[in-house]
Amino acid sequence: MLRVRGLAVRYGSAVAVEGVDLEVHPGEVVTLIGPNGAGKTSTLLALTGLARASGELCYLGRPLDGLEPEERVARGIVLVHERRLLFGEMPVEDNLLLGAFSRYKRGERGLGEDLERVYRLFPRLAERRRQPAATLSGGEQQMLAIGRALMSRPKLLLLDEPSLGLAPLVVQEIFGILRRLKAAGTTLLLVEQNAKAALSLADRGYLLEAGRVVLSGDAAELARDPQVVEHYLGLHPEERP
Amino acid sequence: MSRAGLLGLVLLAALPWLVPPFYQTLLVFTAIAALVAAGLYLLTGLAGLTSFGQAAFMGVAGYTSALLAVRYGVDPWLGLLAGLAVTGLFALVLGLLTVRLKGHYLPLATIAWQVALFIVMGSWVGLTGGRTGLADLPPVRVLERALTDPRSYFYLAWGLALLYAGLLHRLVHSRHGRMIRALRGDAVAAASFGARPPDLKLWTFVLAALGAGAAGWLYVHFIRFVNPSPFSLEASIFYLIMAVVGGVQSLPGVFLGAALLTGLEQWLKDLLPLVFGKTGNYEIIAYGLILVGILLLAPKGLWPWIEARLPRARPPRPEGPGLSPRAASLADPLLEVRGLTKSFGGLLAVNRLSFEVRRGEILGLIGPNGAGKSTTFNLLAGVLRPDAGSVRFAGREIAGRYPFETVRLGLVRTFQHPHLFPEMTVLENAMLGTFPRTRAPLLASLFWLDRAEERRAAAEAYRALEAVGLAELAFEKAGRLALGQQRQLELARALAADPLLLLLDEPAAGLRAGEKRALAELIQGLRERGITVLLVDHDMELVMHLVDRVVVMHYGEKLAEGSPAEVQRNPAVVEAYLGGVA
Amino acid sequence: MDPTIFGFLLSDGLISGALYALVALSLVLVFAVTRVILIPMGEWVMYAPLTQAGFLEGRLPATVGLSALLLLVWAVLDRRRGRAPWLLAGWAVGVGLLGLAGVRWPSLAGPIAFLVVLPLGPASFRLFFEPLPQGSVLLYLILAVGLHFVYKGLGLAFFGPDQFRLPALWPGELGVLGLPVPGQGVLLVAAALLAMAGLFLFFTTLYGKALRAAAVNRLGARISGISVREAGRVAFLLATAVGAAAGLLAAPLTNASYDMGFLLGLKGFVAAILGGLVSYPLAVVGGGLVGLLEAFSSFYASAYKEAIVFTLLLPILAWRSLSALTLEEEE
Repeated sequence: MLRVRGLAVRYGSAVAVEGVDLEVHPGEVVTLIGPNGAGKTSTLLALTGLARASGELCYLGRPLDGLEPEERVARGIVLVHERRLLFGEMPVEDNLLLGAFSRYKRGERGLGEDLERVYRLFPRLAERRRQPAATLSGGEQQMLAIGRALMSRPKLLLLDEPSLGLAPLVVQEIFGILRRLKAAGTTLLLVEQNAKAALSLADRGYLLEAGRVVLSGDAAELARDPQVVEHYLGLHPEERP
Repeated sequence: MSRAGLLGLVLLAALPWLVPPFYQTLLVFTAIAALVAAGLYLLTGLAGLTSFGQAAFMGVAGYTSALLAVRYGVDPWLGLLAGLAVTGLFALVLGLLTVRLKGHYLPLATIAWQVALFIVMGSWVGLTGGRTGLADLPPVRVLERALTDPRSYFYLAWGLALLYAGLLHRLVHSRHGRMIRALRGDAVAAASFGARPPDLKLWTFVLAALGAGAAGWLYVHFIRFVNPSPFSLEASIFYLIMAVVGGVQSLPGVFLGAALLTGLEQWLKDLLPLVFGKTGNYEIIAYGLILVGILLLAPKGLWPWIEARLPRARPPRPEGPGLSPRAASLADPLLEVRGLTKSFGGLLAVNRLSFEVRRGEILGLIGPNGAGKSTTFNLLAGVLRPDAGSVRFAGREIAGRYPFETVRLGLVRTFQHPHLFPEMTVLENAMLGTFPRTRAPLLASLFWLDRAEERRAAAEAYRALEAVGLAELAFEKAGRLALGQQRQLELARALAADPLLLLLDEPAAGLRAGEKRALAELIQGLRERGITVLLVDHDMELVMHLVDRVVVMHYGEKLAEGSPAEVQRNPAVVEAYLGGVA
Repeated sequence: MDPTIFGFLLSDGLISGALYALVALSLVLVFAVTRVILIPMGEWVMYAPLTQAGFLEGRLPATVGLSALLLLVWAVLDRRRGRAPWLLAGWAVGVGLLGLAGVRWPSLAGPIAFLVVLPLGPASFRLFFEPLPQGSVLLYLILAVGLHFVYKGLGLAFFGPDQFRLPALWPGELGVLGLPVPGQGVLLVAAALLAMAGLFLFFTTLYGKALRAAAVNRLGARISGISVREAGRVAFLLATAVGAAAGLLAAPLTNASYDMGFLLGLKGFVAAILGGLVSYPLAVVGGGLVGLLEAFSSFYASAYKEAIVFTLLLPILAWRSLSALTLEEEE
């Protein structure tokens, strides 16, 4: 479904990503793991269209270049941003409905159904449906961000560090939700620092460091590979210039 | 003063002898405009307060002097003093109202009183002569000579303009100037180093108004006539355009803008009616287009573009003695927290928290998200007021005190998102840390009396930079630094304040492994300088290897306390924090 | 005070208040979606009746040319975006044709003038504000001031300094509670209330909410599939529509000249600020208050009436600033 070859992302003179190749097949859960600053978020931003990237980005057989983020959402690539980027002053329900805006613009009107589905997945959001998004706790906000993304019926859901800043018990909840999404057949590309959690969920993984892919393969194998731990703890001697 | 500067001055002095009277007049108006624009350099460029009301201040001073001259025969020089006094008073009153306004409310307020004053000037016929104004104002006299011709007035006008510019230059490169610039970016950070935002803003407001006042006086005694029209809202906007076009963040920039637009105005007034085939003030179309063009294409103005292409001199390394060090405290524990409590609405964020920080140790404050670490941090730093409880630092009770007070006592904090000032150099940023340790008042800074203290503050800051390893970048703009270097600069700034206790807010967030290691070493090194450290961070790796003791928070309370090894073995901590992973 | 005079001042105040309210609504709309304080709106409010006056005199007003030109420049700027440049060029041609129609059939001058002035808003957004998506409110304010200068100067060039009289849509007077109230005034008040209701309802629809979201969190809106650029253009279009309609309705009562726009815009401002630049009902109430204040002060101290209005803005700003949400969400 998604094929990336030779991706490079630069911010001014700083190189965030260089020469990354990856693939995602329909129905899979693929994870990008790696320490802070490895270029995982930049990769997702490039896929979303929020960061300028060079290289081949091919989605459903067609190139992504030149497409604005809004247009990519319409094609089914939706990002749950690391900072969540919710509409704080607006109520939970509005945040969710707006997630489906691109479908609304195309003329689809059956949004109520999707809304109910999201509420069943996240009952806490249903309780708080009229509250402004900014009053929710960290975990609830993350759920709202995921719910909002789901409202657009994404074909490829990109998640940037969903566990960031959340208590371990909440992280468990979130990953539980992700497991249910996986069971329902949603294709996920997950960026996570928490390698254990990510690899236990994913089918395949890519380990990034300093903007390059240093390891890749079956998730279970990666979980057992001692090199992963080393890279994470910064014990690996390779440093970014 | 540099050689280029002297040469420039000589050329300027010779100019009126080299050009015909029409251009001499133009140059006089340029100087007048430059005075107003220079005020905007201070107010808008540095302090970040946009004013659409400077022309009103011109009018206040101009009318004051004119009225005194016409009604009471007062000499224009006394009129200048009176004008400046009245303008200063107006600025003080209006400033007290205006400078506390946030964001875009402030410029809107300036529009409000500008328009109000303008209308009063035109309507209070009994006082001001209304729209027709007052004529036959006496000229300014120097010795026995009346300055009625453009050439002699040129020297008066430029003399005042350059004097004002000189004062501003001195102010900007003093401790107050750095604080004013810091306020523009980040009031919170500036406050954490001892600045009192409302005070400083008020002074910049008044100073800018005084510049405009002087310009107004010059104007009315040059044309020897006063009426409301040069002091309208549109005139104020015109001066703002001048400053923005030239480059509002530098003195050469605003002077450039003043010169360009004064000349342009004249040229356009002649040209445009021909283009449109009828009489009228069409030049505002051009001003509007120029302003829009500059904002879209060169938002910082023309001068920065020019300056980038000029050769730059490298300033010398600050040397010599630093500032006097703080007396070490013998209090142990250095920080005692007892029963600290804080709620927000119904949410109890921190609940009867008690712990202590022993002198010379590195203490880590950890806990899962939402545990109350940031709130506790902000309570200690003085950003928040506790509902209950006590905080004793070096033997004194500090709960509820403002950051600028606790900084003076030696309790210094850093910020998680570096609160640096990108337009200032690395050294200047570090020097901000010395603000609470220096004393020179505003007037002393204006009149060159603070040089010795400045030199010592610079040396002190430079040494702090050396301690963190940033000395080589001392004269670079802080905006160029990478994240790791920004954290180092934050630390240097904190060190420059000579802290007894350093509160570090997530210093490792966003850093790479190598940078984290370097940071850890740096923090260890602080101990040798006699600094005690309280550290909040999420990075367990970093914290556990770095600190002597740990306090674990959970749901606003203290869950556990002890050495890293003890805490890591504590099952309650493991459960709450490390949790089960999916 | 004599009750009849009181009645006159009241009705006068409410009618001008309705005009200020309409201007305020357009300002609030634009600010709520794009964070731009649209000062040139005052000029556009005047352009509509001035254009109408041009048609009534049998001339082709230069506004037609300006509108068409801006649309063409927009088309060129967007030349790589699919069908857009053709639609825009078509619109430009349409404006030109409308202009000719206006000369030929002056009885339709009003609606035609409205349609001619309409593109100025969204085109100005596209040309001047869209290229600076990350601007601060202040930057946009200064930019808006620049545009105000341009449009005011062009107003002088196009229409000259004179005042124009325009025919009323509802001529004559009504008796309301024993007072003669101009019919046109009633129209204006009705329009203000209608616009307020309309905008309020609009923002309860998902489309309206999307527009709000674009300003509340720009990046968040983009990743949810909301085009922030389109939101801005729609907001400017709606606002210009409200403003132009206000100008056309009010001009028979107040006459129209090129320099009235600025003060009108400022007073609309004062009203909008009362609503914190985000509330429609409060903006309308603000408009009413400004109108009434002006009417009553003009009775007591005619020359200073505007000075009073502006001085009173200061405490309002102070109050608003204290209760304002702290700055923008993203950065």
